[in-house]
Amino acid sequence: MIKEVLEKTDALEEKIQALLAEEEKTEEIKVLQEEKKKLLDSCKDLEPGDRVFLARHPRRPHVEDFVSALFTDFFEQKGDHLYDEDRSIYGGIARFHGRPVTVLGHRKGRTVEENLSCNFGMTCPEGYRKAKRIMEQAEKFDRPIITFVDTPGAYPGLEAEQHGQGEAIAKNLAFMSSLHVPVIAVVTGEGSSGGALGICVANKILMLENAIYSVLSPEGFATILWKDSSRAAEAAKVMKLTAKDLKEANVADEVVPESLGGAQDDPESLYKALDQVLEKTLAYYDGMSRHEIRKDRLSKFRNI
Amino acid sequence: MKSPIQSLVELVKDRDLRQKANKDTMSGAAPLKVPATFISCRKCGRRALHSRWEENYYICPHCGSYSPIGAYYRLKMLYDPGTFQELDQDMAVKDPLDFPEYREKAESQAKKTGLKEAVVSSKGKIGGIPVVVLVLDSRFFMGSMSQAVGEKVTRGIEVADKEQCPLIIFSASGGARMQEGIYSLMQMAKTSAAVELFSEHGGLFISYLTHPTTGGVTASFATLGDITLAEPGALIGFAGPRVIEQTINSKLPKGFQKSEYLESHGFVDKIVERKDMRETLIQLLKLHQKA
Repeated sequence: MIKEVLEKTDALEEKIQALLAEEEKTEEIKVLQEEKKKLLDSCKDLEPGDRVFLARHPRRPHVEDFVSALFTDFFEQKGDHLYDEDRSIYGGIARFHGRPVTVLGHRKGRTVEENLSCNFGMTCPEGYRKAKRIMEQAEKFDRPIITFVDTPGAYPGLEAEQHGQGEAIAKNLAFMSSLHVPVIAVVTGEGSSGGALGICVANKILMLENAIYSVLSPEGFATILWKDSSRAAEAAKVMKLTAKDLKEANVADEVVPESLGGAQDDPESLYKALDQVLEKTLAYYDGMSRHEIRKDRLSKFRNI
Repeated sequence: MKSPIQSLVELVKDRDLRQKANKDTMSGAAPLKVPATFISCRKCGRRALHSRWEENYYICPHCGSYSPIGAYYRLKMLYDPGTFQELDQDMAVKDPLDFPEYREKAESQAKKTGLKEAVVSSKGKIGGIPVVVLVLDSRFFMGSMSQAVGEKVTRGIEVADKEQCPLIIFSASGGARMQEGIYSLMQMAKTSAAVELFSEHGGLFISYLTHPTTGGVTASFATLGDITLAEPGALIGFAGPRVIEQTINSKLPKGFQKSEYLESHGFVDKIVERKDMRETLIQLLKLHQKA
């Protein structure tokens, strides 16, 4: 449903932009804007399948956008320093409201070349080991960690298996559970399977309103259970993968609102909302000892 | 030497385990009726007397391929007589998503296998050394990780931690329990965190990979052992072979993701034949005994 609505609103927006160039068309613009608003208003109650669509929207803000909007002084760290540089993980050191933090996330890329070089956000073992290396330093230098989760899943390729995909993810889960610095994960798009969890063992999990987080993509889920990937929308309904569902399940701690029709056309208001939630969440851990911070994370996962 | 009375006491103590193990023996190789006089191999199709299979630890006497064995049967092979104690045996399938037809399916699988969930937790002694042993059973929802499986595994690890004894986990799993969605995924974090704490406290964890160990189990506790052992010819990996073939659009090399392949690529310490399982574990347990 949202897909069709967005096609219409995109066309309207194009018209509006064209008219903006001309003078004395304000009346016409107003009419078009009204029409656009009406269309968006009609999709206030989104189906889970619509959220899946929005979570994967090609113009949705990605990790690089969040890093440049919310942080300053970013220094990128590359490579696992063992074997390879996996571009599907993007991360490094930055400042958040002046304080040094470690920030990292899945990178999907925007153009086709970028998509390919980032493997569409599907991380290989080298990427998980890179993430671990970056987080080890956060622990060493006592920096909070903020992760941005957005992946269709860990890469199911031949070399990925050969290089120990399972082991790499498992090591991250165990390691992240041992951290003594606060870890805040933000699920920004699609958080699918162990590939998402590999950087998501956090004290607090924030989800953007239209993000999804699930054991597998709805397509994969439908294939496994019903041997029919075309039943993905139906799968999305029973999987309880929306931010609201996960908040109810106590997996997500907070839902960050997006503007109607998705964050892709109004990222600024999302950045602002997310900035506030992040600041508040980090402040919550300021008074806590390192031991308490770890215990806080352990008890979150122990009780799921 | 053991006195006849002691042997009798052990027999009585193990009655439950023996009964369950007998029920178990070959039901992994369904659709066979147990006990059957003749059993045919699922791999090569040739038949052999059940007694010959049994003598051969349920490895095909003709082609040598490993047949899955039930959790209780494996435990009976492992423990010193009279020492087996089951843990959390009443913990059954939960249904956190209220998933359509899940309860019914769980009930029918429970009836068929005599299991309540895909893992059996236990403690006892092997070679006189107290241990906690958890065995995933592929007959129940392909040994997949559910909320109850994650909870049982975590509790088992916590028992080993509290009692300061070694932990042995036999993995066999198709991955996540789809019907439990995100709750299944979260068990990966929960169990890994428990292993990490156990490890920090100096506990020995022997991870024993059996056919098949895949998905969320591979990407959590199964690959976090201090020592990683595997049964010959077991499929071990994160993604399943079919998914990988679809991704790379070509056939996988022969032996890909088999125990031997993992051993040669640096992820398994040793491939251990079933007949040597107990002795190998005793060797390792003794090597880690504090003086």
